[in-house]
Amino acid sequence: MANVISLDSILGVGELKAAAEAPPAAASGCASSSCGSSDGPADMAPEVWEKVKNHPCYSEEAHHYFARMHVAVAPACNIQCNYCNRKYDCSNESRPGVVSEKLTPDQALRKIMAVAKEIPQLSVIGIAGPGDSLAAGGKNTFKTFEMLAKKAPDLKLCLSTNGLALPDHVDTIANYNIDHVTITINMVDPEVGQHIYPWIFHDHKRWTGLDAAKILHERQMLGLEMLTSRGILVKVNSVMIPGINDEHLMDVNKAVKSRGAFLHNIMPLISDPAHGTHFGLTGQRGPTAQELKVLQDQCEGGAKLMRHCRQCRADAVGLLGEDRGSEFTIDQIEAMGEVEYDQEAARTYREHVEGERAGRHAAKAAAQADVAETVGTEAQPILIAVATKGGERINEHFGHAKEFQIYEVGPKGAKFVGHRRVDQYCEGGSGDEDALGGVLSAINDCTAVFVAKIGGCPSTSLKDAGIEPVDRFAFEYIEESALTYFKDYAERLGQGAINAREGQDAVIRTGAFTARRA
Amino acid sequence: MAYKIKASDCTACGACEAECPNNAISFKKGAYAINADMCTECKGQFSSPQCASVCPADCCVPA
Ligand code: SF4
Ligand code: SF4
Ligand code: SF4
Repeated sequence: MANVISLDSILGVGELKAAAEAPPAAASGCASSSCGSSDGPADMAPEVWEKVKNHPCYSEEAHHYFARMHVAVAPACNIQCNYCNRKYDCSNESRPGVVSEKLTPDQALRKIMAVAKEIPQLSVIGIAGPGDSLAAGGKNTFKTFEMLAKKAPDLKLCLSTNGLALPDHVDTIANYNIDHVTITINMVDPEVGQHIYPWIFHDHKRWTGLDAAKILHERQMLGLEMLTSRGILVKVNSVMIPGINDEHLMDVNKAVKSRGAFLHNIMPLISDPAHGTHFGLTGQRGPTAQELKVLQDQCEGGAKLMRHCRQCRADAVGLLGEDRGSEFTIDQIEAMGEVEYDQEAARTYREHVEGERAGRHAAKAAAQADVAETVGTEAQPILIAVATKGGERINEHFGHAKEFQIYEVGPKGAKFVGHRRVDQYCEGGSGDEDALGGVLSAINDCTAVFVAKIGGCPSTSLKDAGIEPVDRFAFEYIEESALTYFKDYAERLGQGAINAREGQDAVIRTGAFTARRA
Repeated sequence: MAYKIKASDCTACGACEAECPNNAISFKKGAYAINADMCTECKGQFSSPQCASVCPADCCVPA
């Protein structure tokens, strides 16, 4: 069994002791994030905050602290999407070809118990396929949740669906206390929908073309309204397909907001001929990082946006930026024997996070006020790439980073706006030169990159590319550090010591996410 | 008359099993198969064979 993420390591405390050169984290204060899913308790009703605060997908803040786990008990589906080839599982919520094992509800339960024991950060159990969690009557999905609610009532239950069968199951969902439902909605206009969905199976018939899209659309809207009227939090996922629904997603954003959706998650199309999807085979491209961000920015002010989605596999395990699924295969779990559910470690961890949070909210607000005062409101915001392994701290070595989290920092504060995967470069064995080039193209719209540590060579290459490597905030909080950096940056800019970075576009890396914490 | 599953294309998703009105489909020895004695091709029950209509791999075909 691979090593457990200890509480220390995730909070960066362990590294603090080990890395003598790193000064202790002084909470220098920071901005409260102004947007979307990074909202804190001040931005929502207390009962809603209670529901989302430990859910890594519904709260951006929580995603630095809490882990989720998907169990692949739902292989059947009731629609066909052009971005999905079910020979290789769904490429939307679960990546192509990467559900290693389909589980029975019994196996799923054992797996959950085993993971809960190893990962105290685990707070959410989701069912996201590999097909549709509500197809085939949702039998396996509800069976799994029923057993789980008895065994581990403190774990949150969560499911994803395409919405077609949703209206039939809303009562069951409410009965099982499933607080979080994700509906994938790619259009609110059947004219657009017919280019995304070749067919659906509904009411004992296969429907195609406009009819199919129309039925799906109506069922999705009905299901969404039924859920929100019962107080169930709904996240809407949309796959951004350039030339097909990219601009249309602004209408989707408005439509789902008016029906009470809590969060809107716009994800880039994953398209590769090797996946054998219709879009992959016809050369339909996915969006660039910049196109995605522009669309997300245009939707700002509508339904709140989720920007930290990692498009996880239907059997993903761990914090959002990682996948430890391969540590928990059926064989490994069988070998563990009976595992008793132990709430103690998880409870201790949750209390710890709770304590940490209170101070953080105040510190962020103070830092933001400081920047607003010294820099003024005119300065242009910049992007900063951050190497982190959780806990909202800059606690990862540049060379070990499997992804960089992207923060936008400016007079309005610092906020998480996305993440860029670089895992293929680090593990591909393609030579250091290539690896570095890949990282550069993934973050070339950033002004600086924050790391716990960085070697001399990559440091020089970054500077040559116009990205400043910054290790002086090692192990400190991300947002506070970003604001401190921004204050200094604005000053240097004012003195003409540096030039603002021209906007460049970064490349979105896709493919099966296999990175594991070292 | 009955339907059968082309095993080479089947993804083992189980969607057909859930739709068959006659419980003719089951998972046996690692694969889904149609019991020809129980299959009615859905005649008199639905306008189309349910397994073929739901199958994502289009591998439920007349035997
Ligand atoms: S796919 Fe997105 S929403 Fe689902 S668990 Fe992963 S991060 Fe959360
Ligand atoms: S054709 Fe109808 S009766 Fe025959 S196996 Fe398929 S669903 Fe069952
Ligand atoms: S629906 Fe098709 S692919 Fe799925 S199990 Fe049945 S025959 Fe196999």
